[in-house]
Amino acid sequence: METTAAVGLFSLAPLMIGIPLATAFLLLLLGRVSDAWGHWLATLAPIVSFTIGLLLFLQMLGEPRAVEVKVYEWLATGSWSVDIGLLIDQLSILFVLLITGVGSLIHIYSIGYMAHDERRRRFFAYLNLFIAAMLTLVLANNYLVLFIGWEGVGLASFLLISFWAHKDSAAAAGNKAFIVNRVGDLGLASAMFTMFALIGSVNFADVNAAAPQMGGWATLIGFLLLLAACGKSAQVPLQSWLLDAMEGPTPVSALIHAATMVTAGVYLVIRSNAIYAQSPEATMAVAVIGTITLLAGAWIGSSKDDIKKVLAGSTMSQIGYMMLAAGLGPIGAAFAIFHLITHGFFKANMFLGAGSVMHGMNDDVNMRHFGALAGPMRITFLTFAMGYLAIIGFPFTAGFYSKDHIIEAAFHQNTVLGVLALIGAGITGFYMTRLMMMTFAGRKRWQPGVHPHESPLVMTIPLIILAVLSLVAGLFMNGWIQEWLAVPTGHEVHNTGLLHITPIGWLTMAVVAVGVAIGWYMFKDDIAETEPQTRNVFALVGRNDLYGDAFNEHAIIRPTKGLAAGLAWFDRTTLDGIPEGAAVVAGGLGNYLRKGQNGYSRSYGLILVAGVILLAAVVALGQLG
Amino acid sequence: MINALEIQAPTIEWVPLLPLILLFAGAVIGVLIEAFVPRGVRHALQSALALLTILGAGAAVLVALADFEPAKLAMDAIAYDGPTLVFWLLLLLFGLGGVALFAERAVGDGQSAFAASAAAVPGSPLEREAVRLKREQTEVFPLLLFSLLGMLLFASANDLILLFVSLEVFSLPLYLLSAMARRRRLLSQEAGLKYFLLGSLASGFFLYGIAMLYGFSGGLKLTDVAVAIDSQANEGTHVLLILGLVLMAVGLLFKIGAVPFHAWTPDVYMGAPTPVTGFMAIATKTAAVAALLRVFYVALGGAAWDWQPVFATVAVLSMLVGAVIAIWQNDLKRLLAYSAITHAGFILVAVTGAVEAGEGVFVSSVGAVAFYLLTYGVATLGAFGLLMSVRRAGGEATLISDWKGLGRSNPVVAGVMTLFFLSFAGIPLTAGFVGKLAVFVAAFQGGYGWLVVVAIIMSVVAAYFYLKVIVAMWFQSLDEGTEVVVVSPSPWVWTVVVVGALATVILGLLPGGMLDVMNGFSEFIR
Repeated sequence: METTAAVGLFSLAPLMIGIPLATAFLLLLLGRVSDAWGHWLATLAPIVSFTIGLLLFLQMLGEPRAVEVKVYEWLATGSWSVDIGLLIDQLSILFVLLITGVGSLIHIYSIGYMAHDERRRRFFAYLNLFIAAMLTLVLANNYLVLFIGWEGVGLASFLLISFWAHKDSAAAAGNKAFIVNRVGDLGLASAMFTMFALIGSVNFADVNAAAPQMGGWATLIGFLLLLAACGKSAQVPLQSWLLDAMEGPTPVSALIHAATMVTAGVYLVIRSNAIYAQSPEATMAVAVIGTITLLAGAWIGSSKDDIKKVLAGSTMSQIGYMMLAAGLGPIGAAFAIFHLITHGFFKANMFLGAGSVMHGMNDDVNMRHFGALAGPMRITFLTFAMGYLAIIGFPFTAGFYSKDHIIEAAFHQNTVLGVLALIGAGITGFYMTRLMMMTFAGRKRWQPGVHPHESPLVMTIPLIILAVLSLVAGLFMNGWIQEWLAVPTGHEVHNTGLLHITPIGWLTMAVVAVGVAIGWYMFKDDIAETEPQTRNVFALVGRNDLYGDAFNEHAIIRPTKGLAAGLAWFDRTTLDGIPEGAAVVAGGLGNYLRKGQNGYSRSYGLILVAGVILLAAVVALGQLG
Repeated sequence: MINALEIQAPTIEWVPLLPLILLFAGAVIGVLIEAFVPRGVRHALQSALALLTILGAGAAVLVALADFEPAKLAMDAIAYDGPTLVFWLLLLLFGLGGVALFAERAVGDGQSAFAASAAAVPGSPLEREAVRLKREQTEVFPLLLFSLLGMLLFASANDLILLFVSLEVFSLPLYLLSAMARRRRLLSQEAGLKYFLLGSLASGFFLYGIAMLYGFSGGLKLTDVAVAIDSQANEGTHVLLILGLVLMAVGLLFKIGAVPFHAWTPDVYMGAPTPVTGFMAIATKTAAVAALLRVFYVALGGAAWDWQPVFATVAVLSMLVGAVIAIWQNDLKRLLAYSAITHAGFILVAVTGAVEAGEGVFVSSVGAVAFYLLTYGVATLGAFGLLMSVRRAGGEATLISDWKGLGRSNPVVAGVMTLFFLSFAGIPLTAGFVGKLAVFVAAFQGGYGWLVVVAIIMSVVAAYFYLKVIVAMWFQSLDEGTEVVVVSPSPWVWTVVVVGALATVILGLLPGGMLDVMNGFSEFIR
């Protein structure tokens, strides 16, 4: 990848991160003084970043290239240097626009959504922190800086999921997200260690250049990066945190847990395409994980009554599609990003729509208490409907282009994956229709005291913008994005016409139509206000998140606790038996060693002499060996 | 070699040795002040004198840096090279911090942390009289200067005899200072005596090691030993060399406080007056590590295959024992003592690596160790400064349980302490992280990858007990019936704390320049 040094407009790039970061700290440090106007300042920050990003993008449109911006030299001594640098290329600039664009809309929406929360300033500070961290993640020119952003978004996600920490469930959900993500982080850290040990650098440029010589190590690194991606992007088997993460305020779900942060794993895999190109095994693993998750997410989405959890399951599923695409090699990478961006639009749209519904329904999320909301919430309904059309892949909407490409590419690579992806599309049609029917159609099942009303303009305008994007983004980006991403993804362009529909495309439409029809048929009639008892295995498994928590409980938490209990037992029974005397406090190696610290100089002298003998023995052993 | 029949007039290079001469002069003048100046002004005079002396010495080193040419001075007894200058500057910096902590009186109702009359028997009428008259032991300042002089000599000694003499010069004042706490005097005296007894034992081993090496090489200069190792390389194992090597290591590791020569540290750290503990914790370690590096890299570099496993063993033991025992501590001073043992282990990781600056080398062992000492030193002095200002009835509040809830009652003190502890734990974006990274990289390049893995695991264990204190400060509340106050210290301690905090942040964010300087000045003269 050829890069040029930063000049002119590009030297402004660090400001994109710096402005939201500074705003976040300012709001946190100023405290209540900034309560009155803090949210306005915080909303301005991503808009400024977006403007800079847009200017850079326009300049790159004229002259596509990758630019490295050196922010500062963190360390330089001998032949060791670590630069903190940014990489602005065709891939990262798209993310910048998505993050700051959708981010700005969600900030605006939050002004209305959080209007009555007394900790609104803090909420906006965290949102800005997230924007800064997410931009760091995608703009990094090496894995180390990426890791800083990676941890930063993890922190922001934790703070925002548990924002209403007075609810125990929210606090627990925040912890869960944080802990599950640690597993993924371990993968990323180990991948970095491996790269550093192999080639002495974690710069993208160096790693990409050295990838062809890595041999079997590429497979290891590929798997470690996949583990990281699974954590951040809620892919099986690290998916369990995402559903609980819905405890956070809805704008957070829209921004972090739908449009941006959860796609970081996809970004990581595509950014590391040079490594995956060396390892068919790792690449196949990515595709398989993606396929499993797209089905698992769809399954969960089909069986939940909580509107946000349906959308969360759907997010898992759609990211599964992106992972699948990323695992199809260079041919799929551009499609993965394409779907990632269109998904960012339509899923943010639907999450914000769900938030708007909750806003009108006294924060109820149970769809069995909705129904017939199309009337009182006309704008929300219409915008949501556009998101719906986009996600099921209605012809000429955004999802139609982006998802069909993935299914088609999957068929090209591997028929099994293609068929599974196709089935996923059918289920998507089913559960999204179910959601629409339960929420907006049918009979009023409103709880007493609930008076649905449309949300204020500050909330509906972002909805309208996102709805329009959900419809038209595909048309605009379809041919262009492959060409645009050809360099960073190492992919040759396949021209796909706007109106040209392949046999697989027709098949997909048919399958989706069946899914929609089943959804409509099953939920057109009356819907019970409580979850019906069922023996349907599919429904039970889905309602329980495919027993993800049970799996964690049995496979990880209990064995860990068991190990800890075993160690404690060993402490109590074995170690405590060793030290004599009255001052036995508790077990443990430290406690045992501590006994040597008895305060007598003579004992200390003895330890010292024993040490002399120990050292002499070490040298003597060295001489023998 | 010295020719016994011919007495040579020694040549002394006055200008490069100015820092040492200034320290000596300042210390002697301090003694004279004790003899001739009225009590009332002694504290002010002594603290100002100590401060100016060290600043003067530091200025002399900095001036010398501008036009620096490595050389052997004073009849080859002193090596005047890059590491010497770096360690001198570090020691003088820590000396400044020490003076500031020594001079602090605001936290103790206008009285210093030292006994009113250290010679008086605790509880005796003499002591009560001294307390009533508000007497102070201001000899602590000249003692600190003498000790500092010894440390500078120790760090630059190129001669085995000078090495031993300077070891004693810096140790004897510390034995005394340890026994001079104002409160809990018996504990303090016990600490001083213990330190003296065990220190003497270790010095004995050290001297014996010197004798062995003299017997082996027939010379007292470090270079003589190196030459002897080279010339006898093919003659198989030499018992004198091996014994000398082990015994000298014992003496030095004792001063560093590495396991299994660490037993004195918790008792002495706890008993000694807090300012002395702070000074001793970092300055002694710096001087001893500097001497260790010089002796083993310059004199015994040819026998590296013999001593690398020794230091690797000691490093693992120090990290392990320090970290696991620290988990059990409920007293902050003891906790910091065990933390110091752990840090000694991390430093020895880099020592074991034994890489020298050169083409393709990321960071030399000497550079990494010097940087580590700097990051550890500023945080240590700052932490002890804060420790002095958090008080309960009857003295400092050193129990961890006393620090519960400090985050709410005094967020500034708790916040800065948190910063220091995060740096100790080696959390990224603090100086401590870069220090750990540097020593790990040095060891890794020296072919001790396994040791780095152990060290990383141990740093995770060590992070636990630092986080325990942080959790206590921010997430727990003070037990009922405990009264703890934060006394605002004088500008002396504030300066130490603020400088420590700034350095911890700046060296974490922008470590490049400093690490580069230390790496550039890491070549020993041979």
